[in-house]
Amino acid sequence: MRKVRAVLAAVVAAPLVAGCGGGGGGVTLHWYVGQESSGSYREAAQRCTDSSNGRYRIAMEALPSNADAQRQLVVRRLAARDRTVDLIGMDVIWTAEFAEAGWLRPWVGARGAQVSAGVLAGPLATARYRGRLWAAPFTSNSQLLWYRKSRTATVPTTWDQLITAAAALPSGQQVVAVQGARYEGYTVWVNSLLASAGTELVVDADRPDRARAGLAAGPTRQALGVIRRLATSPAADRGLSVATELDTRQAMLSGAASYSLNYPAVYAAVRAEQPGLVDDLGWARYPAVVGGRPSRPPLGGVNLGVSAYSPHPEQAFDAAACLRSEANQELGATRGSLPPTIAAVYDDPAVARQFPFGRLLRESIAAAAPRPATPAYADVSLAVQQVLHPPASVDPARDVPRLRRTIDDALASKALL
Amino acid sequence: MRRAASEQRVGGPPPQERRGPAAAPARRVRRKRRPRAGRRRAWLLTAPAVVVMLAVSGFPVGYGVWLSLQRYDLRFPAQRGFVGLANYAAVLSAPVFWSDLAATAVITVLAVGLELVLGLGIALILRRGLAGRRALNAALLLPYGIITVVAAFAWQYLATPSLSFLTDRAWLGERWSSFAVIIATEAWKATPLVALLLLAGLAAVPEELMETARLDGASGWQRFAGVLLPAIRPVLLVVLLYRTLDTVRVFDTVFIQTNGANGTQTLSLLAYDQLAGRLNLGLGSAVSMLLFLLAAVIAVGFVWLFRADLRELSRGPG
Repeated sequence: MRKVRAVLAAVVAAPLVAGCGGGGGGVTLHWYVGQESSGSYREAAQRCTDSSNGRYRIAMEALPSNADAQRQLVVRRLAARDRTVDLIGMDVIWTAEFAEAGWLRPWVGARGAQVSAGVLAGPLATARYRGRLWAAPFTSNSQLLWYRKSRTATVPTTWDQLITAAAALPSGQQVVAVQGARYEGYTVWVNSLLASAGTELVVDADRPDRARAGLAAGPTRQALGVIRRLATSPAADRGLSVATELDTRQAMLSGAASYSLNYPAVYAAVRAEQPGLVDDLGWARYPAVVGGRPSRPPLGGVNLGVSAYSPHPEQAFDAAACLRSEANQELGATRGSLPPTIAAVYDDPAVARQFPFGRLLRESIAAAAPRPATPAYADVSLAVQQVLHPPASVDPARDVPRLRRTIDDALASKALL
Repeated sequence: MRRAASEQRVGGPPPQERRGPAAAPARRVRRKRRPRAGRRRAWLLTAPAVVVMLAVSGFPVGYGVWLSLQRYDLRFPAQRGFVGLANYAAVLSAPVFWSDLAATAVITVLAVGLELVLGLGIALILRRGLAGRRALNAALLLPYGIITVVAAFAWQYLATPSLSFLTDRAWLGERWSSFAVIIATEAWKATPLVALLLLAGLAAVPEELMETARLDGASGWQRFAGVLLPAIRPVLLVVLLYRTLDTVRVFDTVFIQTNGANGTQTLSLLAYDQLAGRLNLGLGSAVSMLLFLLAAVIAVGFVWLFRADLRELSRGPG
């Protein structure tokens, strides 16, 4: 009996003892962040752990690769006040939701100033909500128009030109690959078209009591007209309504698509998988809806937030500041093709080699249309997908009032979506 | 003997439906003599199981009902409050609920129908006693053993032009072809189980019965429709009920293959979107409760409609 008791005591005590491991007051910080296949996140975490002199150790907890699934997993933990979440790699669209729900600690004083200095204005704005900074900008992203030089006489600057040019190509090369599946990527496309046409999904997004659908009738009809036109033209991929980033990248690699709207990861993929294609791959600014009015490319990226339920906020803030340092952003850019948020990093020679289109990318990030910073963003995105999917079903005249109504419902978080 | 009789009472048929006219009075007598202490002991013995059942199924269902009567969004905790049936009104007045119900019905009816037809066909073939039947049974069960998510991905790849070795058509790009892929996946996975269960039913049909029918000059079709089918009717009904209840809640296949695109969203997916995506526990629980109600109505209605057949089954073969 005594023996049994001794064994039981050992079993119970073991994890407690292990939890104190590391020595010198070092704590383990759990960093929830999307899967990054190049390993640049992992190496950055290791670098920061090493340079902390035993104050903390960053343990990466990989999230799924798809943005919707990432959010669902993190949000479930935060809603349950999970104390094992310290650092969160947040998609740029989560800021308002997480801040309003009280899941984040704000960045204030010198700390806030430190992670804002030298950061591009667009990415910095995605980390702010109602006048406060809620996360440290880490990586950014935007889409470019990728095209096959050998199949392009003049580079299109508007969607109309793009669709017309693609449809005129021989069969088997006509596809303009865009993300048309029913997921966040589709909302990204819709949001850029609306902004480029001169309107927006939500006005007063950061005021939950006043937020309402924007969607001026004329520009919205024009933006939806682009979706309809592409989806019903020969330039539409047969799998448009299920196409994600991966599918559109594949269409470019296989040659079925002559044009694609996509993130810089396409360039890295072509270089790695089809080096012969690199010389034929051109890039240009995201096309405009209306000729003469500048296009508004998508804005993506990841910010680093500190959970309100973390028992180690001091260490977590320090770790986040370390992860987003210039050196680590350079690592992410050169190894993982992740566009930096610190302006100076783009001038680094190694980064410039990885992004020969670096100047255009920076210009795109500067001109990009952020998605609405409303705490009900997930609902708004669901509403967009519900009304406007599949792309071929879009009917501009009918869908403008429907979209407006559904988004108002979504902002009230009352109706079924 | 006595213990056997009292055991039979628990799950067995009520007295008026007993098999032989002679058996009924005898059993009624025994029932009267059943000691009070014994019954109490039976209750005591089953009490732990009942408590566990209540804890793991009764409590969540009750909590779900309670949540469905509140405005409760985890992102806006300050706005939490009791709203009565408002969530149900919002759900039932939303067109998306009804279109999702229709999509669920389409998948359920067609998938279960296909499973029964194919399953019965396979069972009839296996009944012939082919050589290597044991190996065949094992091979047959493979699809059932594969994780649904994996099966869903396999069929998705099969239906995607850039990845498929079979087709250059985007099956998941349109509504009805998407349904076809989803239904095929479901049927592919469940048919083996249906076949095995029906095979067990067929095995219980006495060979003499079939022999007699043959001697009486019944044709192949007559023997199948007039003798075999009625004989396995109870098993068939149980399989039908089981598969219907399973398919009404279909989630993984649709989630992986279309995520509800092209009008293929099912009620489970709708509930998931409200709960996991929007964190709207009130609305999501209302959808879940309605789905639960639907499953309950199917189960109860089915049992009531075919009560005679099910009794037959609980009596066992012979």
